[in-house]
Amino acid sequence: MSGSVGLSLQASLHRAGFSLEVALDVAPGEVLAVLGPNGAGKSTLLGILSGLLRPDSGHLRVGDRTLVDVAAGEFVPVHRRGVGLLAQQALLFPHLSATANVAFGPRARGVPRAEADERARELLAQVGVGELADRRPSQLSGGQQQRVALARALAPQPGLLLLDEPLAALDVDATPAMRTLLRRVIRDGKQTALLVTHDALDALVLADRVVVLSGGRIAEQGATRDVLARPRSSFSARIAGLDLIPGVASAGALRTADGVDIHGSSVEVADGEPAVAVFPPSAVSVHTERPSGSPRNVFRVRLAALEPRGDTVRLRAAAPDGAPAWVDGLAADVTPAAVAEMGVDPGDDVWFAVKAAEVAVHGTHT
Amino acid sequence: MTARTTVRHETGVGLPWWMWIPATIGFALIALPVFGLLLRADWAAMPSLLLSDSALDALRLSLITAAVSTFLCLLFGGPLAVILARARLEQRPRLLGAIRSIVLLPLVLPPVVGGLALLFLLGRTGLVGRGLDLAFGITVPFSTAAVILAQTFVAMPFLVVSLEGALRTAGERYEAVAATLGASPALAFRRVTVPLVLPGLASGLVLAFARCMGEFGATISFAGSLEGTTRTLPLLVYLQRESDESGAVALSLLLVVVSLVVIVVGRPRGMDGRG
Repeated sequence: MSGSVGLSLQASLHRAGFSLEVALDVAPGEVLAVLGPNGAGKSTLLGILSGLLRPDSGHLRVGDRTLVDVAAGEFVPVHRRGVGLLAQQALLFPHLSATANVAFGPRARGVPRAEADERARELLAQVGVGELADRRPSQLSGGQQQRVALARALAPQPGLLLLDEPLAALDVDATPAMRTLLRRVIRDGKQTALLVTHDALDALVLADRVVVLSGGRIAEQGATRDVLARPRSSFSARIAGLDLIPGVASAGALRTADGVDIHGSSVEVADGEPAVAVFPPSAVSVHTERPSGSPRNVFRVRLAALEPRGDTVRLRAAAPDGAPAWVDGLAADVTPAAVAEMGVDPGDDVWFAVKAAEVAVHGTHT
Repeated sequence: MTARTTVRHETGVGLPWWMWIPATIGFALIALPVFGLLLRADWAAMPSLLLSDSALDALRLSLITAAVSTFLCLLFGGPLAVILARARLEQRPRLLGAIRSIVLLPLVLPPVVGGLALLFLLGRTGLVGRGLDLAFGITVPFSTAAVILAQTFVAMPFLVVSLEGALRTAGERYEAVAATLGASPALAFRRVTVPLVLPGLASGLVLAFARCMGEFGATISFAGSLEGTTRTLPLLVYLQRESDESGAVALSLLLVVVSLVVIVVGRPRGMDGRG
């Protein structure tokens, strides 16, 4: 694909009761996830990038093209930007077949019909709906429509692809496969992309880097794993709040850099690929003695902190001497009664245990 | 009951029983007069009445003028609807509302008043008519062109309302998607917007055509009733109602048939109760 260009944005936009001020860069082929609560300015940011909104000041460069430079009076309209969009709704043109939908972009750029149709069929096959090429959108399921929409967004070979909660409107059943598809297509295509999502898992699987927006400002940013495993803003803590262990996929499990196997169920990831084991802190049980029996994942940790969180207490782990670094930051949610019963304090060594059934192994972007 | 294969299980929430009484009266008010026409018709003489020269002239004139007027409604009313639905006038936010109110005026204005207004504008002593007369020697009133203008005047709002509604329902999201795919505004309009609003446009055209076929008041005050030039079917019916009653009835039935065809063929979406 042609899409290996970078992006540099610095913009501000002010409206009654809201203002957005952001500066961000995306490297060629990189995927940046934008997380944030409702009203944080995610849609405004997308609008500025796609050209549907005009910022009050700032500039936007995609590749070597200046798309917006307010001071110089430069503003490239939507249709000349080469910025693709995949939204929550597939929004396929209802009067056109799947093929014609995908061929629309190339046709708009003057590619002859036969060639555009052929490219459309290739792309449809690539996203796994090749046999539905002649169907109308109304004859496709939600998941199939979103696949066609992805093919359509990729067809004009956009320099930058905007993904606006692309999985939010799908059935629970259709979500994992679409997430895997996005990962494959975007990574294999080295497609520069900006992903807006409220799902930590999407960011984890698809993005290299995360930016957390709050009140129109960037509250936090960094590598996806770091931000999600050790959230610093209250928002990222709330949406993330997941235990993450990085490594590579290995026979349905995850093998850490120091050779420990974390047992879980893998989600379409091949052996040897970079992956991450994910589980919620509520799935972790805490023991003062090493628990015996049962195929569990058991880690020895040193308690770093006890944080009351409503009706549970979050135990935050640090790595004891000689233990691997990935233990640092793991969390377990237990009841106050359990904490009282165990009588543990920060600095004590305990065992965290989590059932294999609670652990999902996802391929990650890098 | 056992023979019935389709039993309706849905009972709904029920209706107050008295609702049927005014509803029946309302229905009778519409249906009975048309039924009465059927009873009064002289079926034996019907072919000769309908095939008389004056009837054929009027029918031909009605069809031609209504077709041309409908085309003019599309040519000018279509873009008007697009602008009302889509234009962004950030400096004058209330201007579009004002324009819309004026465009809708012919829907509620008595057609006779519309005809008179056209006459005062385009008559020989009128604002524009005097100029046309002096510069080009063109006289609009009491010509076939006047019939077309009168029909376009009264029918245009039907097309505008219907098309603007369809455009608003379709929304701008598809156009935004088309733009992100590289389609210029003109291409997006042609390949996305127009196909999306086609049903609304079709029903607007049918309504406008029907309104043109039935036009009376504006036509008679602006174009008069000259056989072969401005005497459309409704005018002929009105003229014959005393001198040739059975002829008037026959022509009325012809108009009823035309209207029924219009309703059956081009019933606007949402008017058949199923959306």
